[in-house]
Amino acid sequence: MSVDADTVRKVAKLARIAVEDHEVEPFAKELSGILDWVEQLQEVDVTGIEPMTSAVPMRLKRREDVVTDGNRREDILTNAPDAREGFFAVPKVVE
Amino acid sequence: MTDLTSLTIADARYKLRAKEFSAVELAEAFVGNVAEGDALNAWCEKTPDLAREQAQAADARLAAGDAPSLCGIPLGIKDLFCTNGIRSQAGSNILEDFRPPYESTVTANLWADGAVMLGKLSMDEFAMGSSNETACYGPVVNPWRREGDETKLTPGGSSGGSSAALAANMAMATTGTDTGGSIRQPAAFTGTVGLKPTWGRVSRWGIVAFASSLDQAGPFTRTVRDAAIMLQSMASVDEKDSTSADIPVPDYEAALTGDVKGKRIGIPKEYTVDGMSAEITKFWEEGAEHLRAQGAEIVEISLPHTKYALPAYYIVSPAECSSNLARYDGVRYGKRARLSQGDGITELYEKTRAEGFGDEVKRRIMIGTYVLSAGYYDAYYTRAQKVRRLINRDFEQAFEKVDAILTPTTPSPAFGLGEKSDPLEMYLQDIFTVTVNMAGLPGISVPAGLSSDGLPLGLQLIGKAFGEEDLLNTAYALESALDFTAKPEKWW
Repeated sequence: MSVDADTVRKVAKLARIAVEDHEVEPFAKELSGILDWVEQLQEVDVTGIEPMTSAVPMRLKRREDVVTDGNRREDILTNAPDAREGFFAVPKVVE
Repeated sequence: MTDLTSLTIADARYKLRAKEFSAVELAEAFVGNVAEGDALNAWCEKTPDLAREQAQAADARLAAGDAPSLCGIPLGIKDLFCTNGIRSQAGSNILEDFRPPYESTVTANLWADGAVMLGKLSMDEFAMGSSNETACYGPVVNPWRREGDETKLTPGGSSGGSSAALAANMAMATTGTDTGGSIRQPAAFTGTVGLKPTWGRVSRWGIVAFASSLDQAGPFTRTVRDAAIMLQSMASVDEKDSTSADIPVPDYEAALTGDVKGKRIGIPKEYTVDGMSAEITKFWEEGAEHLRAQGAEIVEISLPHTKYALPAYYIVSPAECSSNLARYDGVRYGKRARLSQGDGITELYEKTRAEGFGDEVKRRIMIGTYVLSAGYYDAYYTRAQKVRRLINRDFEQAFEKVDAILTPTTPSPAFGLGEKSDPLEMYLQDIFTVTVNMAGLPGISVPAGLSSDGLPLGLQLIGKAFGEEDLLNTAYALESALDFTAKPEKWW
């Protein structure tokens, strides 16, 4: 199995997803199944091949560096689970 | 009077302009079907009042003689599209009651052309699934059933609400998105036409992102002509999406001549796989024969890296998903978990994401996080991108010899809800469709016929990048020859 319990905990931490103890083993098994299956890519000869980073060859468009939108504080805060006095509210992050 | 809800867009367009019925009457007929269709669980939000309002406006435009093709046409919209002030949750609990204060470019284009919105359609959570079973609203049920069998079947996924609603006459056309097959597979499972345009043809602005280098929106319709009409409106050059192609949108409907004389159609030998139903093989051969009879030349081709498309996809798409879904943090929108005394910002993120995401989404985020993490990036992610280049090269070489490629859309017809519990088994659903996303090409699924137990099967045509006109025309010729007219018997 390519993914063990510790790896699941580490990856879940990196992904900021809380994982209960009883979930660790099933995730390890499922992630291993998927990663073992993608191992078949190792048999492909990729010598000298450039990674493909865009689905269609294109140059990223440029535009004038001007403000095209803004002054929409109410819109931006309208879906926040906790907004106060024009700000997003979160638990204290500095002591 | 004929049943208004079974008309094509092309027919309804003519009859609306001829004043055979009004847009309001048409909208009412669909609103009625939507209200009676709850057994299928296709809709996650119904907007009958908005539909009536838009239909009145459409009637005014029709009376004034200013009526684009979609004026007064009632549509269903996949939950992945942001619609101003209307719940848009992408099938996820983490976007609980999210009401965007803006409109996606695609839906804005449709409303500008006079279309009428019936509501939002259920889908697999964040478009990750092939059966609509990962939707936070519960699975959608396919209006089609096996002959003499009441087993509930999947309408496909991720755009399962879109395919089911159209097949059940609850909308005249619907929108979908396709990252690995999420338009074409559900279309094949419901006897409808599903088009995935070239990546960059349709703006992604305002569509909840899953895997940005693969996602593309497209229509579900009853006919290829209707697909051309829908694409005409959905496609645009959009300043808000810097990856939308700077290529003018041509007149797709005008390209539908039905003439395929001299066209070369490729049959890839790698698309014959184990476990494929004998019936789909038969339809595939018949489809090729139909095109040959109309003057096309059938050419055997090879796409040697086909078998690596799915594993490469399951590195590239989770990698992009883990990055795109990092934005769901419980701070700016959507759900926030209830916190305990002393919990800080990290617990806020971790608990919110644990509660808000379903298991399939968590699996993909974790796979993506793993393949992008230090020490694994080159072995997995960079290698997958190289394999993607080889898959793309296979198509480039094939398209030097052929104008389009004909394949089955899926290896088999719709399966029962709950039948596939292993994630890998589910992933194999996309074996014939995912290659097209990896190469950014346009693909269309056209209904081919019924299996021996009475379920629809689809054939896929793959075209050149930005070659939608030619692709639609070939699909139009194929559709005329296949002449699929079957409808699901109403049981809901």
